[in-house]
Amino acid sequence: MPTFVNPQKCDGCKALEVPACMYICPNNLMKLDTDIGQAFNQEPDACWECFACVKMCPQSAIDLRGYADVMPMGATATPLRGTDSIIWGLKFRDGTLKRFRFPIRSTPWGSIQPHQHAPEPDTETLKNHGMAAEEHYLGVDALPTPT
Amino acid sequence: MPELRTEVVECDVLIIGGGMAGCGAAYEAAHWAKVKGMRVVLVEKAAIERSGAVAMGLSAINMYLGMKWGENTPEDFVRYVRNETMGLSREDLTFDIARHVDASVHMFEEWGLPFFKSPEGRYVREGRWQIMIHGESYKPIVAEAAKAAIGEANLYQRVFVSHLLTDADDPNKIAGAVGFSVRDNVIYVFKAKAVICSAGGAVNVWRPHAVGEGLGRAWYTVFNTGSVYSLMIQAGAQMTQMEHRLVQTRFKDGYGPVGMYFLMFRSKATNAYGEEYEQTRRHELEGWEPYAGSAPMPTPLRNHLMLRDIQEGKGPIYMRTAEALQKMMEGADATRQREVESDAWEDFLDMTISQALLWASNNIDPAKTDSELVLTEPYLMGSHAGTSGAWVSGPEDVSPSDYFWGYNRMTTVQGLFAAGDGVGCAAHKFSSGSYTEGRLAAKGAVNYVYDNPGPANPDGGRVEEIKTALYAPLGHYDQHKGATTRSEINPNYLLPKQALLRLQKIMDEYGGGWGSAYMVNRPTLERGLEQLTMLREDLAMLGARDLHDLLRCWELADRVWCAETHLHHLLFRQETRWPGYYYRGDFPNLDDENWKVFVNSRYDRETGTWDFTKAPYIPVI
Repeated sequence: MPTFVNPQKCDGCKALEVPACMYICPNNLMKLDTDIGQAFNQEPDACWECFACVKMCPQSAIDLRGYADVMPMGATATPLRGTDSIIWGLKFRDGTLKRFRFPIRSTPWGSIQPHQHAPEPDTETLKNHGMAAEEHYLGVDALPTPT
Repeated sequence: MPELRTEVVECDVLIIGGGMAGCGAAYEAAHWAKVKGMRVVLVEKAAIERSGAVAMGLSAINMYLGMKWGENTPEDFVRYVRNETMGLSREDLTFDIARHVDASVHMFEEWGLPFFKSPEGRYVREGRWQIMIHGESYKPIVAEAAKAAIGEANLYQRVFVSHLLTDADDPNKIAGAVGFSVRDNVIYVFKAKAVICSAGGAVNVWRPHAVGEGLGRAWYTVFNTGSVYSLMIQAGAQMTQMEHRLVQTRFKDGYGPVGMYFLMFRSKATNAYGEEYEQTRRHELEGWEPYAGSAPMPTPLRNHLMLRDIQEGKGPIYMRTAEALQKMMEGADATRQREVESDAWEDFLDMTISQALLWASNNIDPAKTDSELVLTEPYLMGSHAGTSGAWVSGPEDVSPSDYFWGYNRMTTVQGLFAAGDGVGCAAHKFSSGSYTEGRLAAKGAVNYVYDNPGPANPDGGRVEEIKTALYAPLGHYDQHKGATTRSEINPNYLLPKQALLRLQKIMDEYGGGWGSAYMVNRPTLERGLEQLTMLREDLAMLGARDLHDLLRCWELADRVWCAETHLHHLLFRQETRWPGYYYRGDFPNLDDENWKVFVNSRYDRETGTWDFTKAPYIPVI
């Protein structure tokens, strides 16, 4: 199910250093065609169908067509990813529609405070077997050792 | 040839690969580094928000003990993994992850990862070790924490690390790594006192079932190209269990997860005639006792029985989703029915979206129509039900003396640490355990640097050698492109995709892929190695048209290292311990008397050979 880019919608993310799809693709597939100012999938048979680019595209310009050697045509999966949930629209080959909404995050993006419960580390704690703030997170009184 | 710039990055701890293990390592290292003001750098070939095995998301965390609820102990987990791996597990490493993993999971919840919860506030279990999450954003959340911990200035993205560097005076001591930008003409030389290798297992080494556009639809993530193994093999680290591999039973073609259907919905797997092969063929497992008889039945044995049915002409194999879902729906009100349907589809949409699309494209309603199951091509990995990786030290307070040499998760190369898929004999850690193991390796690495503060001193001659080799495929293409009117067909070079397909063909036919029903013997392995030798020679004739091709060239080199090491290991272990993963036709039985040992290898760069040893299995529990 490789991705493809709708030329009616893609604006090449002109305001960004690189297009969003090119920034996020885990397999380095999405590329900006600098001649036309639009993105494309440069190696469709290496696409894992992770939808990272589809979810991130600010123009909703990216879609997928099921792998030619695997899938009958006509179905679509369309995500709309917000800050706390994602909505999926599924269209079946026979026209059946399904819609689901799932939570994705229960706190605001950017709110993580690393090591907030951890005391300042020192040589003594560096040399023991505890992880950062483990006494806060582990849920049992002492780190187990084999019995 | 483009003009090339070299950037030198100096740091104390270098983390290679920003998946779950790498993000755990970054988070933890940044904390302990404060003791001495150390610099921690993370390098990743993609963007860490969506990189590694969890890039797409996950619908479950498969390793959570629930110690605070008294649900399981680390000892319980060790016993489970021991049986699942057919007796061969480094129990010290497994115990160590198990005693720490709950803390990581509780941290994920605090950061904002949504969990399914019961009315009394417990995580909802899918199985004894598995809990359900709304995990579409699992990786972006974990990446946010890693990035915040080390700081953006210490994160190098879109840089592919191709080689590790050892010390100028001590070839068994780490000194850094070399990589290249996949976007700009820059080579990076990282000088580091300690290196944590967390770059991911190996996919697409064997021919997958689909070889057209579907080539990328592997079960394990297709961008894991075996770097974690190749880097450490070439650096001379002792590797272990590289003959092991993982073959998965998954929904056919989409490779969607089966855990929810098996564990929650209690679906049955049967052959085309409705026979449950795990029952009807149970007696065929006598040769693999005592492991076969302990519940749950180990993954390779379940594969084995399915394969037997297929070979006897009883396929296709089906997951009987309809019967199971209809039973779930019986007597349930409309709200509950909608909930079950939503959970079932979320399972796919969180982590294997194409499986949802595949069902939609085939008009499959799982409550009405059963779906086919298939055995995947093999994968090399150390995090799921695979045990390949580096031979590492365990923790001092758990490990027997044979398994401890100074720093937790340090390999046999001084200052080189491993985590996640990179650590051998410590299977079933999954996402949460890999993250936790990254944390353990990080604390080990910071301790190592604390005790060994001297500057990193890489071998300068080797750096220049690697730099020259890195861009050679671009030069080779440039030099010869005029010999043809079509870049794909040239007598002087192969493009990386062409050589990848050759690797997959060799491994499928001679290295026990699905096309040969996972069967090998000495002659096929030796034939495979002959062909791999010529493929390795041809790697010197790869052509790269651009930086993207160059990335693929070096990823292919990683895969070939994995393939060669794997075949040598398969030759060494003279038994069939994991039927359903692979068979030695010439040694078809389990042989606990001679082979209940770990198989360790070390590659010698000077001689180009692999030396093998047997390492003892020492029970801890």
